[in-house]
Amino acid sequence: MTAAPAATKHKLFSPARVSAIASNTLLELVRLKVFYFMLLFALLIIGSSAFTSKFSFQEQFQVLKDVSLGAMSIFTWLLAVLATAMLLPKDIEDRTLYTILAKPVPRFEYLLGKFLGVLFLLFIAISLMSAVFVVVLYTREQTALAEASRGVPPNLLTDEIRQIRASAFNSNLLPGIVIIYLKAALCAALTLLLSTFASSWIFTIITSVVVYLIGHIQPIAREAYLASATVAPLTKIFLALVSLLIPDLTALSLVDDIVVGNAIPMLLFAKTAALGGIYVCFYFLVGYFVFSGKEL
Amino acid sequence: MNRRVVIAFGMLLVFGALRMPFERQLEAEHKAAYFHGAKFDLGLREQIGQMAFLAALSGFRSLVADGLYLHAHALWERTEWGRMKLNFDGAVALQPRCILFWDQAAWHMAFNASIAAYEDKNQPREALRIKAQREYWKLGEDYLVRGIANNPDNPTLYDRLGFLYREKFKDHCKSAETYARCAKVPGAPVYAKRFAAYELAQCPGHEREAYEQLRTFYFMGKDEHLPTLLKWLGKLQEKLEIPPEQKIAIPPASNP
Repeated sequence: MTAAPAATKHKLFSPARVSAIASNTLLELVRLKVFYFMLLFALLIIGSSAFTSKFSFQEQFQVLKDVSLGAMSIFTWLLAVLATAMLLPKDIEDRTLYTILAKPVPRFEYLLGKFLGVLFLLFIAISLMSAVFVVVLYTREQTALAEASRGVPPNLLTDEIRQIRASAFNSNLLPGIVIIYLKAALCAALTLLLSTFASSWIFTIITSVVVYLIGHIQPIAREAYLASATVAPLTKIFLALVSLLIPDLTALSLVDDIVVGNAIPMLLFAKTAALGGIYVCFYFLVGYFVFSGKEL
Repeated sequence: MNRRVVIAFGMLLVFGALRMPFERQLEAEHKAAYFHGAKFDLGLREQIGQMAFLAALSGFRSLVADGLYLHAHALWERTEWGRMKLNFDGAVALQPRCILFWDQAAWHMAFNASIAAYEDKNQPREALRIKAQREYWKLGEDYLVRGIANNPDNPTLYDRLGFLYREKFKDHCKSAETYARCAKVPGAPVYAKRFAAYELAQCPGHEREAYEQLRTFYFMGKDEHLPTLLKWLGKLQEKLEIPPEQKIAIPPASNP
């Protein structure tokens, strides 16, 4: 007679379960062929690079960096909003949600797993885009160096080579890319929060886009609210709602200045990244709070 | 409405109130590090159009600025100076930390457009052509002055402004002052200090000061014995009637 297998004790929180849900979510999203956008990204930056070939090397690098980092911002934001807005409605429609929650999987783990899946997707996407960007920028840099050195003795080129190298790469590009990622993660967390009480994914996407747009002018509302002593009470309430409810996305919009060579001090970068991290955690937790009481 | 949604709404309000002081402080720190310098106002909205304004507001201002810059370049090729200026105005307003934009805007105005205005065959009166030429110089100067105000930590625009005062306005006093300011900025070109002295040598009433500066350079070593430096030393020695025993011997080839 064989002994019955010992029943494993159910843990309140299991990283293995979260990781299983996260990897499954990532796989589902990848199967949706979301990475086709990479083709568009590569075409865009290689195209812009070819288009500006008649300009000076400073202009070429400037445009290439602007287009690449701008495209990274747009693609990661779109990916974050669209992928997250579909998560819960799709699982409800497919009945996968009921199958998972019928097992001893807490809602927190389910939501965390789903969210981490999106964050992994964003990480892979931004890493791939960064790799394409670095390759194209490096190629352009080498072309500029080759053009500069054509027929000129190397001892006369030191200054020009230094200028070309300085115009192409600077160490601040990395913090810039990290901030783009954090902004996308914030948008994903916000979209997840909206989707926990939204009635449809269209509503979630539209609201998320509107919040994104308002988020970039939130500081104006905040300053107007704090400085307004004489404004009408209704206006003051409106300003208060905008400044308290909407995230300040300009705090995470540093890449426009970084791309032109503006250096970001390490402490300031750490504070900005911390703000992004706090937003992501807070929105996720509020999302969980609503989701935990949701009638499914 | 679901009770939890109402509580979540309250949590967002409380979080908003808690983060507000931190965000204000962070914004001030960002501004001190020269971030968020773009000014979004109705003037800019009229210059760049509604869609571009919206895109710029939505965190894509560098892309819009690039579009305007490339368009300005195309307009330069077609010598449409007025429209080119409008595009440059939009580009520098959106990317005030981009040295390239200020530099190119000033260059096209003060050098290309001004020459085109002076050689304008449709304007027979020379006085009016000279007036138009000077106006373009002023526009170039304006870009550089505003560029410096937005980028006081970068020496390039000081250098360009010093050059503009020297080459176009022939205002050696202003040029000397600008080169001297340039020399104080970290990363300034090595010639900035010397150029300041050369220009000061041509600024009426400052000859003695210029002479002292040039002497200091001269005694720094042989590397500083450049033809222009020797030329101005020689000229000033004559002008200031320096006693023969104090004079620096200038090689004949460098003598004026």
